[in-house]
Amino acid sequence: MLSQESLQQIDREIAKYPPDQKQSAVMAALRIAQVEKGWLPKELIEFVASYLQMPAIAAYEVASFYNMYDLEPVGRHKITVCTNLPCALSGGVHAADYLKEKLGIDFNETTPDGKFTLKEGECMGACGDAPVLLVNNHHMCSWMTKEKIDQILAELADK
Amino acid sequence: MSASGLILAGVDGDRTWGLQDYVARGGYSALRKVISEKIPPETIIAELKASSLRGRGGAGFPTGLKWSFMPRSFPGAKYLACNSDEGEPGTFKDRDILRYNPHTVIEGMTIAAYAMGCERGYNYIHGEIFDVYERFEAALAEAREAGLLGQNILGSDFSFELFAHHGYGAYICGEETALLESIEGKKGQPRFKPPFPASYGLYGKPTTINNTETFASVPFIINMGGEGFLNLGKPNNGGTKLFSVSGHVNRPGNYEVAMGTPFSELLEMAGGMRGGRKLKAVIPGGSSAPVLPGSVMMDCTMDYDSISKAGSMLGSGAVIVMDETTCMVKALERLSYFYFEESCGQCTPCREGTGWLYRVVHRIENGLGRKDDLDLLNSVTGNIMGRTICALGDAASMPVQSFVKHFGSEFEYHIENKKCLVPPEVQYEGSQIYVRP
Amino acid sequence: MLEIEIDGKQVTVEDGSTIMDAATKIGAFVPHFCYHKKLSIAASCRMCLVQVEKAPKPLPACATPVTNGMKVWTRSEQAVKAQKGVMEFLLINHPLDCPICDQGGECQLQDLAVGYGGSQSRYEEEKRVVLNKNLGPLVSTDMTRCINCTRCVRFTTEIAGQMELGQAFRGEHAEIMPFVEKTVDSELSGNIIDLCPVGALTSKPFRFSARTWELARRRSVSPHDSLGSNLIVQVKHDVVKRVLPFENEDINECWLSDKDRFSYEGLNSEDRLTVPMLKQDGVWKETDWQTALEFAGNGLRKTAKQNGPDSIGALASPHSTIEELYLLQKLTRAIGSDSVDFRLRQSDFRADGFREGAPWLGIPINEVAGLNRLLVIGSFLRKDSPLLAQRVRQAAKRGLHVSAIGASAEEWLLPVKNRVLVAPSAIVPALLQVVAALAAEKGVAVAEHLAAAMPASVSDDARAIAQSLASGRKVAVWLGNLAVQCEYATEIQQLAEEIARLTEGAFGVIGEAANSVGGYLAKAVPLVGGLNAKQMLEQPRKAYLLLNAEPALDFANPALAQSVLGAAPLVVALSAFKSESLLAAADVLLPIAPFTETSGTFVNCEGRAQNFNAVARPLGDTRPGWKVLRVLGNLLEFEGFEHNDSEAVAAEALAAGSRPDLGNRLFGLEFNFAAQTVAGLERVSDVPIYAADPLVRRAKSLQKTRDAKGPVASASAATLAAIGVESGGRVRLKQGQASVEVPIVADESVAANCVRVAAATAATSVLGAMCGEISVERV
Repeated sequence: MLSQESLQQIDREIAKYPPDQKQSAVMAALRIAQVEKGWLPKELIEFVASYLQMPAIAAYEVASFYNMYDLEPVGRHKITVCTNLPCALSGGVHAADYLKEKLGIDFNETTPDGKFTLKEGECMGACGDAPVLLVNNHHMCSWMTKEKIDQILAELADK
Repeated sequence: MSASGLILAGVDGDRTWGLQDYVARGGYSALRKVISEKIPPETIIAELKASSLRGRGGAGFPTGLKWSFMPRSFPGAKYLACNSDEGEPGTFKDRDILRYNPHTVIEGMTIAAYAMGCERGYNYIHGEIFDVYERFEAALAEAREAGLLGQNILGSDFSFELFAHHGYGAYICGEETALLESIEGKKGQPRFKPPFPASYGLYGKPTTINNTETFASVPFIINMGGEGFLNLGKPNNGGTKLFSVSGHVNRPGNYEVAMGTPFSELLEMAGGMRGGRKLKAVIPGGSSAPVLPGSVMMDCTMDYDSISKAGSMLGSGAVIVMDETTCMVKALERLSYFYFEESCGQCTPCREGTGWLYRVVHRIENGLGRKDDLDLLNSVTGNIMGRTICALGDAASMPVQSFVKHFGSEFEYHIENKKCLVPPEVQYEGSQIYVRP
Repeated sequence: MLEIEIDGKQVTVEDGSTIMDAATKIGAFVPHFCYHKKLSIAASCRMCLVQVEKAPKPLPACATPVTNGMKVWTRSEQAVKAQKGVMEFLLINHPLDCPICDQGGECQLQDLAVGYGGSQSRYEEEKRVVLNKNLGPLVSTDMTRCINCTRCVRFTTEIAGQMELGQAFRGEHAEIMPFVEKTVDSELSGNIIDLCPVGALTSKPFRFSARTWELARRRSVSPHDSLGSNLIVQVKHDVVKRVLPFENEDINECWLSDKDRFSYEGLNSEDRLTVPMLKQDGVWKETDWQTALEFAGNGLRKTAKQNGPDSIGALASPHSTIEELYLLQKLTRAIGSDSVDFRLRQSDFRADGFREGAPWLGIPINEVAGLNRLLVIGSFLRKDSPLLAQRVRQAAKRGLHVSAIGASAEEWLLPVKNRVLVAPSAIVPALLQVVAALAAEKGVAVAEHLAAAMPASVSDDARAIAQSLASGRKVAVWLGNLAVQCEYATEIQQLAEEIARLTEGAFGVIGEAANSVGGYLAKAVPLVGGLNAKQMLEQPRKAYLLLNAEPALDFANPALAQSVLGAAPLVVALSAFKSESLLAAADVLLPIAPFTETSGTFVNCEGRAQNFNAVARPLGDTRPGWKVLRVLGNLLEFEGFEHNDSEAVAAEALAAGSRPDLGNRLFGLEFNFAAQTVAGLERVSDVPIYAADPLVRRAKSLQKTRDAKGPVASASAATLAAIGVESGGRVRLKQGQASVEVPIVADESVAANCVRVAAATAATSVLGAMCGEISVERV
């Protein structure tokens, strides 16, 4: 269900924890699985659970508790904008509005071409860099301006 | 990044995080000293106590005292955890420490492990900063390679394994027992205490959890002595502290200053008020700390005691600055939404109450407020506070209570007039995308 | 010990107690939802907040440890304010649909809301709606009512042994659910209905059929497994509507297995026999009692006269009551025959005549918690005795090391430290190795009668078991159903006795049915040279008395049972149900009451006699079995059938001195083990949990569970490969002349060279013995 490379990555995570605590690697394993597959269909969660010898529902609890896991399909690029208060004071909401306008979608929607999904995010711990975006969970973009947003969207559109 | 002080002293953005640079800045000298001089653990803990270092994560608990709670002669495994799950709106200091000076955290944790006899540690890193997680992993690899971490550190019989654990989007994991649950591969739902982590922590074993900045301070305390560190700040408020300044200032960023620095000075360091507008309100310690009117803040110094006297908390040192263009109802609405979203769902008052609070504030903001809504808010927060396992219930309640207390007339205006005191176009201007000069 | 003052009352509690423990001790009620004495502490509902001296805020009674000198107020202003505050939060998103809720009238939330809730809601926002989940055929959900106490989640994880439910999502969006599209399949699942303090989880079979206050609550005892769970049977207009546990800490605690809880649905099945029936010229006709009894009495009298009393045999189900079993054997013996038996699924009776007494568990049930080593031999523990398995599971958490020797390694949901997985014919050799290793370990000689049988070498697995047992302080060895039912039951029992001797432990039998011990006490076994259950079929009798047993499903060799009983000139069947095989075999059918419609007694695996009364009037013309047997005795003009009530029968049956004592040892029996070499594959048979007795087989909701839909045949992948069939493929199973075509699946829990074939199921009722050689061919 997962590539050899992903499994190796998961094995490296498992090795961080005591031998009888494989479940500790579930967050990393779900992350690695999501990176490979784009989102977490139930079969994938079940696979990760059995790989770590834990109950499937326990893995589902984790996958549904932490909000960077996607239990529904998302576009090729998921853009998450922080609109929390400190960011909002420096234009977080305006940045989100600009993205909505540019992409023609609202939060939790995906562009018809399947390229972009827009999400509203909670505090990313980067309030000094506001407005901030998170691209595909792992790449943070700081000090966003309309121009920078244009640039990022253009780059991503080709990827 | 704006830096002075200790932890961020001499770092130069993304270029100088590596081991070589850290060593050039005097890094790992504290660990070397501890190991080569075989400093007894009690002495280290005594220095920590003398330094008056208080937990930098928000609660401000004396670090030396916390370390002394770890059972010295416990036969099994003992664990150390670093709380880098920085997600309290307004806080962004740990991210800078980890990406610009990760080795100081590694060194601090290793000394802590030595002092408390921990064989293994985890640094729990906030989900949204994956690049920082990767950098920390790289720093760990450097330290292991150099014999500063792992088995037989610096040739001694002291061993300590340290790993990074990456979060994936849950504010609650900043609560120390939720963080432990999360490392165990579970939902981040806080545990009831007692038992406290020092007796029943990670995997049920004695565990000490400290904030990133707390650990980062440790090498400096060893090097300059507890008293030297204390003297940087003021009594009972030792050392320097990173303040994350965000909101309506000209230079948002981290400022490491001595404890007790006047707020006005900090504001000036952050470039002063954006557009020269008037200061309206400040949340001095992260979004869960009670908001204070600007005038009150201008008389405060930045330390635990002064802020506490003014009726708020220094918390994590996150200073959210709001100017006169801010609608306080809207500001509270956004914060209430945050706590509603981040409640773990375990305790009834928080699970049910945070949604109630948000919906009432949302109603007021949207012109559907009712006359007795402010009483209702005070009553509901009263039923949440102190009634839950962890402090998230309190954290959700304190902003509501303080916003209503200090800016009640603004709320009343909303309810009566179904609109804001601050005209929409003024609000719009004040929340524009801030383009750095 | 700690001193604490609660509401002004002094109480002394043990170290480690919580405020809740202390409050319970003085009878102070602290309102609560998530707290449950048998589950881990969640401390999350916050309903049990109380005021504690010097504490700045109210503390949860369930989780706060008592400290010496603590002062607590459970109803002070601070405490009540906190409790009322929590109640308000619990109700804001609760639908308050009590009028249409099955929990109405027995709802903890409803009850507490009366005392702690407001009369009007201050919450005027939209309420939360949560989608229902399909948990399977037994538990119905109304998840919008859920208050997220997580009792059900903790139950599945901690008591049932497998996390089948979780609390997914977070905050206000938190939902209790199984994994996506999964059901809750535990054999203990019904307990989550009792645990749910609101109407989120209710009984699917009971749904909307009655209100709790319309139901009469009557005590009874479960007629199924050997534990003898205590029941509250709820009845409306003489129809059983629901079964709940009656708490008995020594037996079922506060739990019930799903079999105990939901089998009542079988009581009203269409198969119920409600009038006496006679077969005339091959055609069944309804008749009256007088005619039917006279037919039976005359037939028996005639058979005894013409062919001698020995030509009559009596076969009874071990699910029959003491009263039924006792009068059956008394009647048979009065006729002059000693051929009576209740051990229908056994195939080895060589120990008869050497028994110390009635085989039993060897220890009281409540001493399982104190065991620290346990060897289970030939058992399907979890499905055969769900709540005993649950006790073992809890004990394992406290350090009990469990070892197992058997032909199946199906999941028990508890840690099995050491295991030997072998074909039934290899169980005895494995036990010999354990005995040898144990004797060496202990430095003690093996018993004289076993010395010659000691093996030359010992496997690592057998040694590991021996070492585990040798290091025990409190050891038990149990024989499961397979051990008792297989052809080597005698040697297995001899070796279990030796292991117990070497470890100074206990040994015993788990027992198959509600009266597996009781049948011995009631003397429903041959005592003076009569034939046992197996012999009665191998040496066909002219007439049989059949009590609560179905020829196709309740015998060790159903093919033989059906042909022999079918050919017998007279079969008098006493039964609550009719079935095809019974109609084929019997000549007269006497409708007798199931356990809910008669008084009676079951003696459980620990030897505890538990009597019960009828909870409903007998259906139709049904009569209690003991009365029918008594009247038959009267009709045949025997003395000693003058009992006025079932208590008199039980008193006579269980009178001390006249019945055997409990005892598992075998006296004076040589050890002559000769392993029969099995050339091909060996049959391993389980009796699926919901196929074990006539009542549960007719419980329609249980028949829809996964456990009821288990595979008919299974074998390891290697065995399947050798046969040349893939998992899911079809095979022909052959035993002698008998054969049947069934699907087979791969299952690594089946021992090598074995095929596991479910017994007591329609598909396999044409086959022969439950154990022994079986041939399997690809179709």
